[in-house]
Amino acid sequence: MTTRSTISLRVNDVTHRLCLDHRRTLLDALREDLGHTGPKKGCDQGQCGACTVLLDGRRVVSCLTLAVAAEGAEITTVEGLAADGELRPIQEAFVRLDGFQCGYCTSGQLCSAVGMLAERAAGWPSAVTADVSPDGPVAELDAAEVRERMSGNLCRCGAYPSIVHAILETAARDGVTG
Amino acid sequence: MSMAVHVGAVGVARPRIEGRAKVTGAARYAADEPIPDLAYGALVLATVARGRVRDIDVASVRDMPGVLGVIDHTNAPRLNPEAGNFFGPDGGLRLLQDDLIPHAGRPIALVVAETPEQARAAAQALPVTYDEQPHDTRLFAGHPAGRPALTLFDAPADIGDVDAELAASAVVVDERYGTPEENCSAMEPHSATAWWEGDRLEAVDSNQGPFQIAFTLATLFHLPPERVRVRVDHIGGGFGGKTMCGPQLILAAMAATRFGRPVRVTLTRAEVFLATAQRPATDQRIRIGADADGRLRAIHHDATYEISPLAEYIEGCTELTKTLYAAPAIRTALTVVPLDILPPYSMRAPGAAPGSFALESAMDELAERVGLDPLELRLRNEPGVGPVSGLPFSSRNLVACLREGARRFGWASRDHRPRMRRAGPLLIGTGLAATSFSTGAFPSTATITAEPDGTFTVAIAAADLGTGARTALTAIAADALAVGTDRIRLRISDSAIGPAWGAGGSRGTASWAWAITEAAAKIRGPERPMTATVDTTQLLGDLASRERHAFSAVFAEVGVDPATGEVRVRRLLGMFAVGRVINPLMARSQVIGGMIGGLSMALHEEGVRDPVTGRHVNADFAGYHIAAHADVPDIEADFVPDDEPGVPWGIKGVGEIGNVGTAAAIANAVWHATGVRQRHLPIRLDRVLES
Repeated sequence: MTTRSTISLRVNDVTHRLCLDHRRTLLDALREDLGHTGPKKGCDQGQCGACTVLLDGRRVVSCLTLAVAAEGAEITTVEGLAADGELRPIQEAFVRLDGFQCGYCTSGQLCSAVGMLAERAAGWPSAVTADVSPDGPVAELDAAEVRERMSGNLCRCGAYPSIVHAILETAARDGVTG
Repeated sequence: MSMAVHVGAVGVARPRIEGRAKVTGAARYAADEPIPDLAYGALVLATVARGRVRDIDVASVRDMPGVLGVIDHTNAPRLNPEAGNFFGPDGGLRLLQDDLIPHAGRPIALVVAETPEQARAAAQALPVTYDEQPHDTRLFAGHPAGRPALTLFDAPADIGDVDAELAASAVVVDERYGTPEENCSAMEPHSATAWWEGDRLEAVDSNQGPFQIAFTLATLFHLPPERVRVRVDHIGGGFGGKTMCGPQLILAAMAATRFGRPVRVTLTRAEVFLATAQRPATDQRIRIGADADGRLRAIHHDATYEISPLAEYIEGCTELTKTLYAAPAIRTALTVVPLDILPPYSMRAPGAAPGSFALESAMDELAERVGLDPLELRLRNEPGVGPVSGLPFSSRNLVACLREGARRFGWASRDHRPRMRRAGPLLIGTGLAATSFSTGAFPSTATITAEPDGTFTVAIAAADLGTGARTALTAIAADALAVGTDRIRLRISDSAIGPAWGAGGSRGTASWAWAITEAAAKIRGPERPMTATVDTTQLLGDLASRERHAFSAVFAEVGVDPATGEVRVRRLLGMFAVGRVINPLMARSQVIGGMIGGLSMALHEEGVRDPVTGRHVNADFAGYHIAAHADVPDIEADFVPDDEPGVPWGIKGVGEIGNVGTAAAIANAVWHATGVRQRHLPIRLDRVLES
């Protein structure tokens, strides 16, 4: 029985050839094989969001994504958010507004925020969106929307209020991109 | 203290020094360190609550792919039974020494393999059989095994004649309050990597105090302290759960010794719940007697909590009872009940968090029965000196917190009768709590070296759990040396630096700042040495005897859905007197984080045990909910002017007081909304509906 496969993973605009155990999660492949230790393992069962990365622009918990299933996708980790070393607005806002303390959930919060802003711009409703009809208006991004949409990303230090401020400020200034 | 021409960094709101590293993924935590030739260990935990290991069938997994071997009680290195913690010898550290199982979740084996998957697969496949024995995991006051707690701190108090004063009181509150087992639940699971460099044991480990951890590890493995080094770069939160020499480190050190190569042991989330320290459940009785005008005559606080027979521990539930209010008679006692559970240890605001829930709920009940504004009740019983000790307070600005908090919250317009406000289908209520948290400092050493390039290397074995210690200590060192922060090179989180208190007891910043400040004074002194090392042990001993506490007032507004029983916090405000604030941006974050911890304690957190098996049934973030974004409103927190005389920079510490009082303020708001008291945490939907 074959237990390993050689695949290509494209991470932060770089393609890597890897021979991986089929059980290897995308999170472990990023961390253990590629040295991208920005994504964190907080629970390894999709309950905390610390491992959140973007897969073709959509947020996924990389601990519940098998690496072999991510072949062919554009994977963006927290390390890929600051292109050319320049912090994105959402990263800058996190630093300035103190949107973290220990920082362990931060890479997940940031990737989740970027993915969430895109989802909302695409018209995806959340559980607190008043009008969820397909032709309804794009929900206004208020604090309640941000809190609902970000609730998959736990933070034990309790940086939530600062994270919400950082996201709202960034969205007001920079719209979708974060 | 001379500031010369230098513009100070202390007191200025600045973002964290390591901010960029944390938002770009560059910050390295214990499990992120690249180490060559690494093997991985996976734990096997006991699934029974009490008994003996009959057999571990190692042979059946030895040939699984990648498996290097299994360590269990038959082949583990012998550990020193004298190793312990703050409270004395700790059997919780003596892993794999015998076949006895003292609690469910006790590590009984470590499987080591070439990859994490191989180690985990073999650990899951390892057959273990047990001889089970009857267990007892149920805490209640009056348990026959109950006995007095250690008296190292929060010792029993008994002033005045409590019984006579209660008998003479116009109003008496006599109620029981309960809090459950809670888990610190830092987002970073404990991780350690250990290896030998010659005859020196090296480890990277996520913990709250590298020097103390290294010392304990050295004791355990019969090594001289200088042959053990523990370090880490960043720590993904601690909240008390990383105070101890954790199972990840002990087992990684065993495996590195046995297999002769670096071994990493990273706990799973379930293992963090089952095998690292928890806050003990408490069962507390409070009696308060007062005159008709609300003046207290007596407070009696009996707190019972659980421990393990493996280790002593003090959950100081009655500290606030001896601090907050004047009364002619005060009696307190702590009773421990040894049960077949994981040894409890300090979780953020130990003692004060569950203790203040009981005391401040009881005070609210008293206000109700006397017919007095709960704010006025607190103001009316403000003490001039320590109510039990008679010592003066170093500084006490609780009244300022209460008054300013009330003003900002709009407390004056509150109708104190319950169940009077509605918003649509919701019942709306508000509540408050007063709090304190003891402060102080512990001995630490710091070394400052003046470098040829004009910078200063400042070395202290501190730990930055996310508290902002790096940023705060850099500001303190800069001001103490009267230079800009750009000339400070701070080194922390390395046991090799020398003895220092850990990040705990809200005493980290005060302890470390003291040593740094004294070392800086030497560097700037007449002899102008190039390097100076200071140990503060002697200086701390000379500190005047005072009641030393931070204080705060917490105000909460809740909405309760009478159809579902759901409680949601709509507003939360805290005013804090925490001495001098080193960095207002970070300090505010920290107390807000503490308040969120208190909110989570009030409404969500509960380690649930199956009474039949004695095991926790919710050892994950789906079953053990910690407050998420959607649970948390915007929170207001601010500081009143405060100082701590005699302590450099006037520091009191902000690490834990945010957690204190919030649960009581929320519970009191739930009463105000519904007219029904909630005396057991968390305030679950079923508890609201059944009441």
